[in-house]
Amino acid sequence: MTVRQLSVFVENKKGRLADVAETLASARVSIRALSLADDPDYGIVRLVVDQPDNALAVLRANGHTVKESEVIAVGAQDRPGSLARVLRALADADIDVDYMYATLVPGKPDVYVILRTHDNPSAMEALAAAGVPILRAQDVYEA
Amino acid sequence: MRIWNEEAECQPRAERAEEQTRNLERLVNRVYDDLPYYRTKMDEAGLRPAHIRSLRDLSKLPFTTKEDMRANYPYGLFAVPLCDVVRIHSSSGTTGRPTVVGYTRRDLEIWAEVCARFITAAGVGSDDVAQVSFGYGLFTGAFGLHYGLERVGATVVPASSGNTARQLLVMHDFGVTTLVCTPSYACHLAEAAEQQGLAGKLKLRTGLFGAESWTDQMRQDLEAKLGIAATDNYGLSEVIGPGVAGECLEARNGMHIAEDHFLCEIINPDTLEPVEMGETGELVITTLTKEAVPIIRYRTRDITRLDPEPCACGRTTIKMHRVVGRSDDMLVVRGTNVFPSQVESVLLEFEDTEPHYLIVLRREGHLDTMEVQVEVSDALFSDRMTDLRTLERALLDRLRSVLGIKVALRLVEPQTLARSEGKAKRVLDLRDGGAQS
Repeated sequence: MTVRQLSVFVENKKGRLADVAETLASARVSIRALSLADDPDYGIVRLVVDQPDNALAVLRANGHTVKESEVIAVGAQDRPGSLARVLRALADADIDVDYMYATLVPGKPDVYVILRTHDNPSAMEALAAAGVPILRAQDVYEA
Repeated sequence: MRIWNEEAECQPRAERAEEQTRNLERLVNRVYDDLPYYRTKMDEAGLRPAHIRSLRDLSKLPFTTKEDMRANYPYGLFAVPLCDVVRIHSSSGTTGRPTVVGYTRRDLEIWAEVCARFITAAGVGSDDVAQVSFGYGLFTGAFGLHYGLERVGATVVPASSGNTARQLLVMHDFGVTTLVCTPSYACHLAEAAEQQGLAGKLKLRTGLFGAESWTDQMRQDLEAKLGIAATDNYGLSEVIGPGVAGECLEARNGMHIAEDHFLCEIINPDTLEPVEMGETGELVITTLTKEAVPIIRYRTRDITRLDPEPCACGRTTIKMHRVVGRSDDMLVVRGTNVFPSQVESVLLEFEDTEPHYLIVLRREGHLDTMEVQVEVSDALFSDRMTDLRTLERALLDRLRSVLGIKVALRLVEPQTLARSEGKAKRVLDLRDGGAQS
């Protein structure tokens, strides 16, 4: 199963990222994983949060452009070679990774790797066949 | 100073008015008989050609607008068969449809004649080498000046637009004395000339500038940098092109109108009533002699005023002052007409809700720049950077092709563009003397 990710458009201006973080804080939304893609003029903040609906509503209410998309979260041991195994499985199945980011899970020797591919069902099939654990959305939100 | 056509330009005013009246009567009869568009409009207003007996009756006639011309695209307002039309020109359209005008052989004769008048009034003649740096094409600027300059016997260099280095090479090596272009391009050329150490080595003495409005400051800059007398002229393709009016070197205070061919009025753009002589309002032009596309009371949307005071040069024609604004939202960027609705139509190709955008005009050095800031809506946005870059490129390509000028694009967050009184602000003009709307 996939995990809901929220992407927010931010201009490269002072305080814009802080504004996004404060908006989420005001709604008591906790960020599970985050990445920032940047261009000279603007950036895309990608977030996995504990309360996607709540976060989406509060971000939109504050005038942000938000896009929701489905991403895959896989669990990997925090040790050399585990990420390589994930990516090799996808490469062998001819799956393109649009982008990915990782986050440490508090209190566990685990890393969550968030993946956005052009074909999520095939990606999950390939990962499962390679024995890579795919996380349930609820487990990520409640981590 | 020479006057090209003393008989017409210095004609006693009462005599000219009689001729104008005769030509107006003839025009109204002709369009009523030959053009269903005018007949319908006059019938709706309860007018017959016989009701037009004097110049005062002009204000009874219905207006013609750019929208009317577009609705009759392409040949609906042609009053002669195409076999009698020897040239077509057109102006940029707001949403794809340009306005098309045709010329008979006699129209081209008259066009060259009226251009010859203002070219002569600017002091340019057979001893001059004139570089025409307007783009040769559907736009009327280059061809109007080209044939007018040939008419006065000047040596014409049809350089066309663009390629500044080549323009300067030609200007220097060919001993060019007269420069024809937009005032902002002239400023750009002047700076480039300075940088290349050409200042003082050019033979330039006159500038014939038009197709956009400019300021006294720009005129002084140009005169100082290029060592020229910079003159202003006015025209628009719907009426004929350049040649409607131009400055005389003696006064350089208002442009003499070729009144025997173009009947000019100023109206209040809100009430549509004529204003008192000398008051500022929208210029409305009726062509008195055009054959292919005669036009009655064309609303130019240009804001200016008429000046009937006698002129030091001896011409008896009334003058129109510099255009100080528009009664619609048209912008002039590097001599090209741009409407915010064009930008809007492009954005609508990419999203189906009302797009939010702001056009920012700046003058960098002496060149106008146009930036379109687009609010990224949920529909336009993507979590993938490549999608956003593809969107940017596609938007830029479409904007450039629809507007016909180079533009910059910036994606901005929603609600960063000011909304005032429920109506979004679409234009921020940061150029000297630029209007904000």
